[in-house]
Amino acid sequence: MATEATTEEIHGHRSLQHHFENMEQQREAGTLGMWVFLVTELMFFGGMFLAYTLYRTAYPTSFASASNHLDITLGAVNTGVLVLSSFTMAMAVYFTQVGKSRPQVLCLILTLLLGLTFLGIKAVEYHDKYEDHLIPGRLIPGNPFNPALQEEGQPIDHHKLHLLPGATVPQVELFYWIYFAMTGMHALHMIIGAGLLTFLIIFSMKGRYDPEYHSPVEVVGLYWHFVDIIWIFLFPLLYLLGRHFEHG
Amino acid sequence: MSEHIVPVKIYITIFLVLLVGTALTVLAAFVNFPWQLNTIVALTIATVKATFVVLYFMHVRYSSRLIWVIVASALFWMGILFALTFSDYWTRGWIPLNY
Repeated sequence: MATEATTEEIHGHRSLQHHFENMEQQREAGTLGMWVFLVTELMFFGGMFLAYTLYRTAYPTSFASASNHLDITLGAVNTGVLVLSSFTMAMAVYFTQVGKSRPQVLCLILTLLLGLTFLGIKAVEYHDKYEDHLIPGRLIPGNPFNPALQEEGQPIDHHKLHLLPGATVPQVELFYWIYFAMTGMHALHMIIGAGLLTFLIIFSMKGRYDPEYHSPVEVVGLYWHFVDIIWIFLFPLLYLLGRHFEHG
Repeated sequence: MSEHIVPVKIYITIFLVLLVGTALTVLAAFVNFPWQLNTIVALTIATVKATFVVLYFMHVRYSSRLIWVIVASALFWMGILFALTFSDYWTRGWIPLNY
């Protein structure tokens, strides 16, 4: 028998939108929507992974030579940083689910800081490539890819590239187009993720999320983990494959 | 709420697995395996790491069937993208063209 109902029971949670039956349905709809978006994101990155695979099978030694120039230590440290940020993100979701707001905010801030650390290390790597004239094409005025190539009859300046037998400089340049396209798009996703985290931190401090309503934290978490997964594949493909040609 | 809350212990375990996986893949890269095994080893480790992230960090293991279908569809479409493209590239030159 219905007796006196509280406001919560009549109107539901303050964050419940009118077109949902209850919080459970709202949360599931949000998660589902994010997953559908992530599938389209995978298709987007998939095209670049496809291009990488095609050209790597076509020019294996050139790609190995180019890959050997990347800094494996910075790449590995960045992988660790990103994996740790995924862990703190997962913990942020956990603390929201159990309703501990202080550690929740702390975990979100840690995630943001680790994400920014990743971008900082990436910037150092990009600068190294700039110094060694490895930015493909003439994207940077006055600093074209391997300038010795531009003059007829000049000996090829390898710019610290130790070309393996059969490798050619234009094919190395192709690797760097793909490298910058893939890591650049990945970095852009990290920047967007950092922006989303900033909003989460602000709203978390205002106490908007609780065990009943935490979809935004969970959904941004899914996005963050997805970006982590892309890097988990980028790291071995770009940095590691072909190393054994030099060191084996 | 019928939502499943993943215990902290599992999160820590997955994090350690991911770190060990990263170390393994770096070590394996410097070993000269025969044939194409270097690529296979690197991609296997990456796939295992990604699977752990999807199942536990992204809660898919505890999610509804609908989420499973969406995740599977992503892999299915990636499969189409790669299979159809490579069925072209790898079979070029099989039949001589006499123009």
